[in-house]
Amino acid sequence: MNLWDFPVYLLQHKLQSGEISSVEIVRAFRERISQVEGKVKAFITLDEEGALREAARVDQEGGYTGLAGIPYGLKDLICTRGMKTTCASRMLEDFIPVYDAFVVAKLRETRALLMGKTNLDEFAMGSSTEQSAFFPTRNPWALDRVPGGSSGGSAAAVSAREVPFCLGTDTGGSIRQPAAYCGVVGLKPTYGRVSRRGVVPYASSLDQVGVLAQNVRDCALVFSIIAGHDPGDTTCVNVPVPDFVSALDEGVKGIKIAYPREYFALGVDEEIKAAVMKSLKKLEELGAIVEEVSLPHSEYALPAYYLLAPAEASANLARFDGVRYGYRDLEADNVIDMFAQTRGTAFGAEVKRRIMLGTYALSSGYYDAYYLKALKVRRLISSDFDKVFASYDLIVTPTTPTPPFIIGAHVEDPITLYMNDILTVPVNMAGLPAMSIPCGLTRGLPLGMQIIAKPFAESLIMQAAYAFEQNTEYHSMKPELEV
Amino acid sequence: MVLNIKEVEHVAGLARLTLKPEEKKEMVARLSSILNYVDKLNELDTDKVEPLTHILPVNNVFREDKTEPGMDRELLMSSTDMKEDGQYKVPKIM
Amino acid sequence: MGHEYETVIGLEVHVELHTKSKIFCACPNEFGAEPNTHVCPICAGFPGMLPVLNKEAVELSIKAGLALNCHIAEVCKFDRKNYFYPDLPKAYQISQFAMPICQQGYLEIDVDGAPKRIGIHRAHMEEDAGKLIHQGAITETLYTLVDLNRSGVPLLEIVSEPDMRSAEEARDYLEKLRAVLLFAGVSDCKMEEGSLRCDANVSIRPLGEKKLGTRTEIKNLNSFRSLERAIEYEVNRQKERLEDGGTIIQETLTWDEEKQVTRSLRSKEEAHDYRYFPDPDLVPIHISRDWVEALRRNLPEMPDQARERLMKEQGLPAYDAAIISLSPDYLAFFDACAARYSNAKVVSNWMMVELNRLLNLHNMNISECKINSNDFILMLNYIDNGTISGKMAKNVFEEMFATGSSPDKIIQEKGMVQISDEKALLQLVRKVLEENPEVVRDYKNGKEKALGFLVGQIMKVTKGQANPGLVNKILKETLTEE
Ligand SMILES: [Zn+2]
Repeated sequence: MNLWDFPVYLLQHKLQSGEISSVEIVRAFRERISQVEGKVKAFITLDEEGALREAARVDQEGGYTGLAGIPYGLKDLICTRGMKTTCASRMLEDFIPVYDAFVVAKLRETRALLMGKTNLDEFAMGSSTEQSAFFPTRNPWALDRVPGGSSGGSAAAVSAREVPFCLGTDTGGSIRQPAAYCGVVGLKPTYGRVSRRGVVPYASSLDQVGVLAQNVRDCALVFSIIAGHDPGDTTCVNVPVPDFVSALDEGVKGIKIAYPREYFALGVDEEIKAAVMKSLKKLEELGAIVEEVSLPHSEYALPAYYLLAPAEASANLARFDGVRYGYRDLEADNVIDMFAQTRGTAFGAEVKRRIMLGTYALSSGYYDAYYLKALKVRRLISSDFDKVFASYDLIVTPTTPTPPFIIGAHVEDPITLYMNDILTVPVNMAGLPAMSIPCGLTRGLPLGMQIIAKPFAESLIMQAAYAFEQNTEYHSMKPELEV
Repeated sequence: MVLNIKEVEHVAGLARLTLKPEEKKEMVARLSSILNYVDKLNELDTDKVEPLTHILPVNNVFREDKTEPGMDRELLMSSTDMKEDGQYKVPKIM
Repeated sequence: MGHEYETVIGLEVHVELHTKSKIFCACPNEFGAEPNTHVCPICAGFPGMLPVLNKEAVELSIKAGLALNCHIAEVCKFDRKNYFYPDLPKAYQISQFAMPICQQGYLEIDVDGAPKRIGIHRAHMEEDAGKLIHQGAITETLYTLVDLNRSGVPLLEIVSEPDMRSAEEARDYLEKLRAVLLFAGVSDCKMEEGSLRCDANVSIRPLGEKKLGTRTEIKNLNSFRSLERAIEYEVNRQKERLEDGGTIIQETLTWDEEKQVTRSLRSKEEAHDYRYFPDPDLVPIHISRDWVEALRRNLPEMPDQARERLMKEQGLPAYDAAIISLSPDYLAFFDACAARYSNAKVVSNWMMVELNRLLNLHNMNISECKINSNDFILMLNYIDNGTISGKMAKNVFEEMFATGSSPDKIIQEKGMVQISDEKALLQLVRKVLEENPEVVRDYKNGKEKALGFLVGQIMKVTKGQANPGLVNKILKETLTEE
């Protein structure tokens, strides 16, 4: 086994026992990246040399606590002081923030090593990473397929073993869907669990930063570092952060798991349904109580999401006007034209589409019919979950309706592409935590199972996911990337 | 089509987006199909439903009225070349 | 022709809240710094930066609401107001649209000696934008510079009902509003620094008509004078237009201070579509009644209360009391003096005549005035005990105003002590009478005016230091004796 194949917790163990140094770890991953990155194209920016320098410093200091000496990748929408943060957009192609995101500061504090910034759909708007202004990322399991999105670069990088973990962001499924497509674990925390400060927003009321890793234990380790209160983000709640790692072993005995029938309709592939049902059986064998329930408004989550998220985005992306940072059109001789030409030139097609849609949904005469209506539907979706969680601890569903699709397959058909998020979007609408874990393969492509919990009950999700993982082999499957 | 080209131009104006003629045409088609899709929401009677604007049951998060000096101006403005005398420079307003 | 019209005016007033830091970041809220030095990634609208609400801004807004007799909302929220402008870094302004912090208040002004209530429709919190510096005229400049020091300064926008009926009432309302906000300690309300800004909505309608006429909004009114003049100008313009058979177009105007005219900025058709929606970055504010009451208890005396007190306890006429209670600094000076001087009206007279004259002359605020109340009372005492004359006192006062010296020092340095020595004065009188025999003759022939001339001569010789009362008395006695 190569060093790059080791998960975080084993690398940590090897560091602590003095078996290897952090420099050796970074060198190993650098080698791995040189082997596979040309094919996968997970990274927009790589800084292996910077990571090596930091590794040397960590080795010198010793005391491998937390994530000290462990390399990682960051979705290139999370700001890094002194390192380009492009959001995969021409708009920010050369943008170097003068500040770190709160989560980056946390990872620096624990002395984790930033290897580079991973690819995404421009400004996180997409489900395939094809909307990156620079290049599409490829699925390590099948290079002609998408890795999912928008955190496609992060999922692919973990799957291809280019880094042991990554941070991504999830607005409507952007961590869970690529995690499912790339056969890795992806955690989208409760809205308010992790600070959004320094994370370029897509839809502020839905965005959350989360973790992509090889397994549940790694996820818990990383999540312990990034979760918690930030006084600089008023939507980041001041609640205690439990010990996620030690809770892992508590098993699923007596835990009440619901599976909503709507999530097994909605155009979900038969193989996926079968794989998730089989997984539910497994959980039942392990002592969980599994029952069918209904979340009646599920099918309305996606249309409501495609009004709310673009509406917020239309304001969030308005600041890119060429004045203080980013691309600027130099031809225009007045400021109004400068704004419009800067934005018309530097935003990609999907970003412009969503800005237009969101602007329209908020505009005079349409606000009630679109934006307000969507807010009301959001209430209905959230209440559906409340009702189920009154009697159940967890909800289990498939993560995606289909396995990863061929690159370019849906380029001309945004609605089909949007449908990819149909099982993940309701969770963001209700602000709940959820995780996708591998639960099978179909035609050599990985499948994901989604576990959803009440607000701030990430620990219970991981506990169940870990029990499942310990009793199955899916998480140890990895793509056979030819080197 | 739910939208026509005039409306697309109006919205593009509000959003300050210059669109090429072919982009406008595409926008008419795509936005119309998305708006048709979201019409699904009208199947639901939401007259008595309270809109959900904040998902968290949290309110009154404040900071104390304490100052910190602004960021070093050179650093703050290092992200653009379009500046003069410590100010951002933009083309004329009118 | 020659219809009678009624003028209808409503004012939208923006005041900067007097906090130490900005509303959503810790940058200093301070006027006059080097461009872009009170700026951070939050108030410069950098990607990923988030607002955190300044509690003091909320408390000052509640205080303002209480001082304006408003209902304070149980729950209020922030919305995003979307529009592009180079001084607005996020391209949206965080403001309150659907749920403002204060509603339904009022202020009283004096109209022809009777109180008149002007309704306050609402008051809401928002952030200020930066400042644009044009190279030359806005229409001719090739480029514009942006300074973001002001970006994120907390504002309270106070919207009145259309209850004012003349430019004078509008001015009185604005003066009263300023006074209330100054007393409540909400804002320093300096129009010249832009911490108090005013837009006016103006319409006219035939007298007796209930329906409001089409209104125009005048922006850029940066002094009380321009407010009054712009409204007068606009009302006349609207009247002339209607008399000529035209109609009023709903539009936004700007007041051209130089040419003293209103000019069109944009018509209603070009009006903005602000696309307000709740800001997801800020959680709602719940204002408990306990919180409101605690702030109410700490509210200082308001102008109306002060005026009442000055009339009742100090016996000042309504006019004096109203003027003195327009500014807390002014009132504090009065109170400090009146507490240690028996005749409040004398204090008031000095403040309203001499002090005001000098303040206006030097374009100063009373807080910048060098005279302290102790010295001022000392000066009044010197008048009362005859050390100096009232006329000399004016010179002393001017000197105190200019230098901040004590009256003792000024009187001594300038040798300004009043001559009240009867013997010395008698000698002077005799000398003047000898030198002016014709005038003495005139006086004896019944020309009363001649006496004034003689007094003047004595004052001239003594450089104004002779005690005028005594001079009069001695002159008359001497003239009768002769
Ligand atoms: Zn700031």
